[in-house]
Amino acid sequence: MNLHEHQAKGLFSKIGIPVPIGRVATTVDEALVIAQDIGLPVVIKAQVLTGGRGKAGGVKVARTWDEVREYAGKILGMMIKDLIVHKVLVDPAANIAQEIYLAVAMDRQAGRPVLISSSEGGVEIEQVAHDKPEAIIREYIDPQLGLHDYQTRNVASAINLPRAHWRAFGDIARNLYRCYVENDATLTEINPLVITNEGQMVALDGKMVIDDNALYRHKDIAAMRDLTAEDEAETRAREAGIAYVKLNGQIGCMVNGAGLAMTTMDMTKLYGGADGIGPANFLDIGGGAQADKVAAALRIILSDSNVRSVLINIFGGITRADEVARGMIQAYNEVKPDVPIIIRLAGTNADEGREIINDAQIPYLFGAATLTEAAQKAVQAAKGALA
Amino acid sequence: MAILADKNTKVLVQGITGREGRFHTKQMIEFDTDVVGGVTPGKGGEWVEGKPVFDTVKQAVEITGANASVIFVPGPGAADAMFEAIDAGLDLVVCISDPVPLWDMLKVFNYLKRAESKTRLIGPNCPGLLTPGQAKLGIIPGVVGKPGSVGVVSKSGTLTYEVVYALSAAGLGQSTCVGIGGDPVPGTNFVEVLQMFEDDPQTEKVVLIGEIGGRAEIEAAEFIKKHMTKPVAAFIAGASAPPGTRMGHAGAIIEGGEGTVEQKAEALREAGVRVAENPEQIPGLLR
Repeated sequence: MNLHEHQAKGLFSKIGIPVPIGRVATTVDEALVIAQDIGLPVVIKAQVLTGGRGKAGGVKVARTWDEVREYAGKILGMMIKDLIVHKVLVDPAANIAQEIYLAVAMDRQAGRPVLISSSEGGVEIEQVAHDKPEAIIREYIDPQLGLHDYQTRNVASAINLPRAHWRAFGDIARNLYRCYVENDATLTEINPLVITNEGQMVALDGKMVIDDNALYRHKDIAAMRDLTAEDEAETRAREAGIAYVKLNGQIGCMVNGAGLAMTTMDMTKLYGGADGIGPANFLDIGGGAQADKVAAALRIILSDSNVRSVLINIFGGITRADEVARGMIQAYNEVKPDVPIIIRLAGTNADEGREIINDAQIPYLFGAATLTEAAQKAVQAAKGALA
Repeated sequence: MAILADKNTKVLVQGITGREGRFHTKQMIEFDTDVVGGVTPGKGGEWVEGKPVFDTVKQAVEITGANASVIFVPGPGAADAMFEAIDAGLDLVVCISDPVPLWDMLKVFNYLKRAESKTRLIGPNCPGLLTPGQAKLGIIPGVVGKPGSVGVVSKSGTLTYEVVYALSAAGLGQSTCVGIGGDPVPGTNFVEVLQMFEDDPQTEKVVLIGEIGGRAEIEAAEFIKKHMTKPVAAFIAGASAPPGTRMGHAGAIIEGGEGTVEQKAEALREAGVRVAENPEQIPGLLR
């Protein structure tokens, strides 16, 4: 789960990392009140869960009251990469002497967290990694021992930070690591960490990603989820215990298991891609495939008006394919979908399952023996060519 | 011969009195596995499927002589169950539990490395392994497999069942099928399993099933190029997944342009691996 900048900075502040004293506004008037409290100039920053806010015009420095009004008005309601801006953060503008990058991230191969820093702050770290990889400094952290003081000095020295700032830098790095550990984050990032003209170190921007697998033990963070940034169907699916991600294609997919779900999506693209046809969603209904869960999943898929056909691909392992077939028919009669549905059942008792589907003689319900056949039929159906 | 588990493996089930634990204990026994007992703290003295339940793994090992365990404990308790199994000195631990917080798994992973423990951990968030006709540790449906000489290693669950089922239907039996799980930090990675298949005399050919995210398949490709003599076929799931979005598995996310199907398939092809566009092509690629 990704946190908004203001949420990440809130957690940073709580743990002792210096951040600007700004607040969040949802209207122009609120932005003006905050600006009056903290004094001009201010920075007005769109709070959306995507990068490239600056380039999209979602971050502006306002030096007058008119500018606060103008920029807050422009940014609130703006679209940035398909996301509407509902909130802006109004921060005091800092006098920046130097910008640094500092983060704690997860290194999957090493199986360890890693402290990453660079003297090239304020730009996207991926860009730095590409253009100037030697400017990125890494210190691996033993999860049982934590971040050693000397490691923060290694980094401070390697990024040529003036010695006068080493102590403050060490404190911030240690706190950033604590913030990572205590909140079950997979990323805590400050970009930029600035040194102001007054010689203070401040986290001007913040980003945090929380491990979804650990959200159950962080109710406070789970409650921060921004439902406005999420598709309505995704919210409903999450509540029904179904993994669903909305995509932009025309073929709704219902599958058991994440790997097979991705593969099913891939097959619709493999056979439909040349005609601009592809998956409308990722959906994993998990084990069992009981009628009520299938019905819930079908409703979620059909709530997407782009869907022209539905491909159901269930591998019957321990749950036998004939049981799945009966559940499918029950769900079908409950939901009464108005687009063609292609069902492919495989595994245990797959032949019996297919017979049940065929015997039901439901118009618009098609069986398929292989994944290839199912994907091809779903593509044809999406093109309106399946009789 | 097979890898990791065979008919001599004596298996404990951690979390045996839970719904999943009970159900799969029955399935494992049905598919030839020597389940010698189970562990659920506070339920010692009970019986499940005719097998004794113990309070601790230590006790269970002393009395039954178990050398492996399968963990069905819910996510929040999974790390503790893994530590308990490792400290009891088991050779093989298969953790089915999902979701396991990444931080908990990091501790287990680094503990295993430091302790120079002899325990081999598979998972978490995995379907476990199946040596057809001999042992099934986990939830891979026993019916899909057939004894033979193809080794299968995969990050996925149902996709693995698909491929194994297709192999069996094509007359290509398996030595062992290993699901390493889709989490970012698995107890055992592709390279380690590939090494085992390379060293196993029963295994003649290998199938690798990967997915988007991370670099595990790239490292597998490097290993295959340098060290493998046996032919390998592969499929990588997620060609249609958009970057930055998690596709079910915590590990299945393309970050900063890294971990795409294209990159992985190219690295594998360069290592001489036959890469399928469609998993149904795999049996054909092994001929």
